[in-house]
Amino acid sequence: MKRTIFSNQLLPWLLLAPQLIITFVFFLWPAGQAVRQSFLREDAFGTRTSFVGLENFARLWSSPEYLNSLQVTAVFAISVTVLSMGLSLLLAIAVDRMIRSTRVYTTLLVWPYAVAPAVAGILWWFIFNPTIGIMPYLLGGLGYDWNHISDKGDAMTLVVIASAWKQISYNFLFFLAGLQAIPASLREAAAIDGAGPVRRFFDITFPLLSPTTFFLLVVNIVYAMFDTFGVIDATTEGGPAQATNIMVYKVYFDGFVGQNLGSSAAQSVVLMGLVLVLTVIQFRYVEKKVAY
Amino acid sequence: MNRLSTASAVALMASLGAAQAQETTIEWWHAMGGELGAKLEEIVQGFNDSQDQYTVNPSYKGTYPETMTAAIAAFRADQQPAIVQVFEVGTGTMMSAQGAIVPVHQLMEEHGEGFDPDAFLPQVVGYYTDTDGNMLSMPFNSSTPILYYNKTVFEAAGLDPESPPETWAEMEQFSNQIMESGAASCGFTTGWISWIQTENLSAWHDQPIGTLENGFGGLDARLTVNGPVQVKHWENLKRWADEGIFKYGGPVGGDNAAPLFYAQECAMIMNSSASRAGVIANAEAFDLGFGMLPYYDDVEGAPQNSIIGGATLWVLSGKSDEEYDAAAAFFTYLSSPEVQADWASFSGYLPITQAASDAMGDFFAQNPGADTGINQITLNEPTENSKGLRFGNYVQVRGVIDEEFEQLLSGDKDAQGALDSVVSRGNALIEDFQEQNQ
Repeated sequence: MKRTIFSNQLLPWLLLAPQLIITFVFFLWPAGQAVRQSFLREDAFGTRTSFVGLENFARLWSSPEYLNSLQVTAVFAISVTVLSMGLSLLLAIAVDRMIRSTRVYTTLLVWPYAVAPAVAGILWWFIFNPTIGIMPYLLGGLGYDWNHISDKGDAMTLVVIASAWKQISYNFLFFLAGLQAIPASLREAAAIDGAGPVRRFFDITFPLLSPTTFFLLVVNIVYAMFDTFGVIDATTEGGPAQATNIMVYKVYFDGFVGQNLGSSAAQSVVLMGLVLVLTVIQFRYVEKKVAY
Repeated sequence: MNRLSTASAVALMASLGAAQAQETTIEWWHAMGGELGAKLEEIVQGFNDSQDQYTVNPSYKGTYPETMTAAIAAFRADQQPAIVQVFEVGTGTMMSAQGAIVPVHQLMEEHGEGFDPDAFLPQVVGYYTDTDGNMLSMPFNSSTPILYYNKTVFEAAGLDPESPPETWAEMEQFSNQIMESGAASCGFTTGWISWIQTENLSAWHDQPIGTLENGFGGLDARLTVNGPVQVKHWENLKRWADEGIFKYGGPVGGDNAAPLFYAQECAMIMNSSASRAGVIANAEAFDLGFGMLPYYDDVEGAPQNSIIGGATLWVLSGKSDEEYDAAAAFFTYLSSPEVQADWASFSGYLPITQAASDAMGDFFAQNPGADTGINQITLNEPTENSKGLRFGNYVQVRGVIDEEFEQLLSGDKDAQGALDSVVSRGNALIEDFQEQNQ
């Protein structure tokens, strides 16, 4: 095995510097600020500051709104992940079986990924708007009175659909690539042994797809918890009655709209911790079940 | 080549420096987009052209919360503008930031000429004064909720198109008649559950919103909005929503309320007097009428007077004397009767001085209904319940009002339970604010 040795000790650092600087300025430094702020109580302008220890955190655990937000986030993240991964796996299998039109379908299915979250949110907001939208009109014809402005279930459904739709393209691409990497000979051998399509999928395809599935699981949960801010902000703004107020939106609302920086910072610290724990769990336990 | 561009850059800087030596430029951050923003820039241009000592440089910073957040962040980074436009619910936060703001009365005393605080309409500036009656910020765009109704639907339902409902009993009766006749599928909708159906409802019936003169008396004030009149009203709204008489237009400003009225689904809407231009533009298919907010005639003292909403201009600290001279000169220009009358007739916002209101006589005569708002806020001398309100963290308290109203609509809580929660959750936020500001 050939190993490259740099004679210049400085060069590797120089090459790494842009990435390190960006990580420090845009991640480590703000994260440090958030941790510091979470121990303080301060008025909006920062003219009066006092150290309150862990009180900002203690208040979170005794706040029904925050506990509600935790629950909402769990329901939301799981629904988005299951829906977007399930649908994109179906689509990927369908496209994988195609012979001639694979490229056309792939291109079409990847399109939504290019849409910014806020634009996606507005799009769905129009489609589902109870007054002017097409879906409530059609659902009304079926006897269902859609109103995500006052109905909590409708609101959650809307943000889950809008967020999952955004992510389907990404999942689809990975699943399709994963499927195409599985040698056809394995499936053919199983078919010769008399395994039906369902059996072939669950015994051959799905286990061999597990590295992709595992990777997407991590990415989707992180997506649902952090990148869906734009969708929520453009559609429900956390309402009605906090039914779609996921943690990341609450951090924004309490900090930027409510000017309660201490509480907002404490919430982001909790969120940081949560991601850390989730990632550790995923890599320690779930990954053991993955066959590379 | 390189040297040439350096030389020209130096020359450019020098000429900018020279320009600054003659003129003082101040920044004004505002939240007026679209047509209002264009009108605002026109007013600023008028000021800049009227003299050659000062230049005001307006910049649009997005929504009200975004503008306020931007100014606060800028202040913390020592980059604040001289003037910032802040919405009425941010008043509590701004006035508690004593080191960060320069009260307008102090600015005008030290830097302004011939400033007369008595020239302003007490119903407008009262919202923004301290307990001694000193103006803390300069009202710019103030409005009050009024009733808009569809005369064409009224006529089709056999109602007199010239007489809007005056009481809530009539509101219900008219709505039923409209729905039974098939003229429209819903009676009324409303923007702003918090501002119109809670805060203004209280003031209009002379009921307290909170203790200590609705919070004007200090940070110890707490909400008391769960009184019998408010509970009865929310109970009615829930019943009317179930009967289809009333349709909910969504939280905060109620984005979906106006389309319901424009599409003639609902025959009436309660919304800001500043929506007037927009409502007229969208009411092409029908005749539009204006009325005051309805009241319960069995409540003593009703109707009292409605309270305002909108935004004011705050002056931030840490600027030079010249810059404050500029701000004072600009405020004097802004409150002159001509500028005020022009702005108020264009936008539907209320004039802030008596002189401006008088100067709008012709406009009111030619535009029936345009004076509904001003008549409504000046209906009676404001009491301590109808002067306005002032609580910290009020942006979030408004959010709580919307949420609890939604709980009421979904049937999870009754009116008393929902308003009790508004009070307990709201007071927790107000207590937080008090602790942050002690």
